[in-house]
Amino acid sequence: MSTHGHAASADDVIPHTIAPHADTGLYNGKFGIWLFLASEVMLFGGLFSAYILLRVGAQAWPPILHGEEWKPATEILNVPLATLNTIILITSSVTVVLAWASLKMKEFSKAKMYIWLTIACALGFMVVKGFEYGAKFHHGYLPHTNNFFAIYFTITGLHGLHVLGGIVVFLYLVTTGAKMWETEPERFTNRIECTGLYWHFVDLVWIFLFPSLYLL
Amino acid sequence: MSEAHAQSTEDIKKSIRVYMAVFGSLMVLTVLTVAVAYFHFLTGPMAIFVGLTIAVVKASLVALYFMHLIHEEKTIYRVLVLTFFFFAVCLFVPVITDLNAQAGHHVP
Repeated sequence: MSTHGHAASADDVIPHTIAPHADTGLYNGKFGIWLFLASEVMLFGGLFSAYILLRVGAQAWPPILHGEEWKPATEILNVPLATLNTIILITSSVTVVLAWASLKMKEFSKAKMYIWLTIACALGFMVVKGFEYGAKFHHGYLPHTNNFFAIYFTITGLHGLHVLGGIVVFLYLVTTGAKMWETEPERFTNRIECTGLYWHFVDLVWIFLFPSLYLL
Repeated sequence: MSEAHAQSTEDIKKSIRVYMAVFGSLMVLTVLTVAVAYFHFLTGPMAIFVGLTIAVVKASLVALYFMHLIHEEKTIYRVLVLTFFFFAVCLFVPVITDLNAQAGHHVP
């Protein structure tokens, strides 16, 4: 913060966007995103805890639907579509890390292509998820149907919002935000790294969601 | 020094080969976990144990290599140790609740 009272002096720049901070050994953005991810672990952790509580407390899991015989989750939820989404999300994790690696090698257009691929994967994930949700609604399976669908829609819904959030940030970084590459390439590379860390976390959550909800 | 400034193009190219190997492993593990569950090779607690073990291995690969945790600053490890302690507490809340309910049984 400038203390001289005039706007936008050289003192106003946010420090440690590139150089590591002496106290943490990290540039500030990376430290910030890791603290945010720590809070995200607790957010999803709370919901996983709720899931375990509901599951161990249930007579049958998934609970028996009215007028139907008991079916395992693998037959209620669409495992092939969820497997496809797992593959899509893992692929997008690879494309985002390749985008960062390309920037490190000063290959900007290649990096942009990888970010677009990441966005395409993320949109693909949302479309597949949309088909899944649509089919559930069509069958009359809604959050109020039973505890299984309540926790299924809550956790996958929150995860889907995270995917949407990622799409918004990547779209910014690959369009107007990409101008930063001209002026501060290292800072831009760090932004991609931080967004990537968030994106890998979203992938990581799905890695646990998929077996927990669909397979086991 | 683990900050990425010092990385040369050669280092990055090496990293990319690692990323592709991790990508392959994640795909194989995905197929494996689906096969085990979907075709009912295992059932009951064993299926849950194997399913979650594969998930932990996959998550570790993502965290260690894609998120660069394998060569990261101590600050992040400290944050994560604290986080996972409270995450574990969070997961054990159902167990604590259950113990409470069982204890309630013994009250005359």
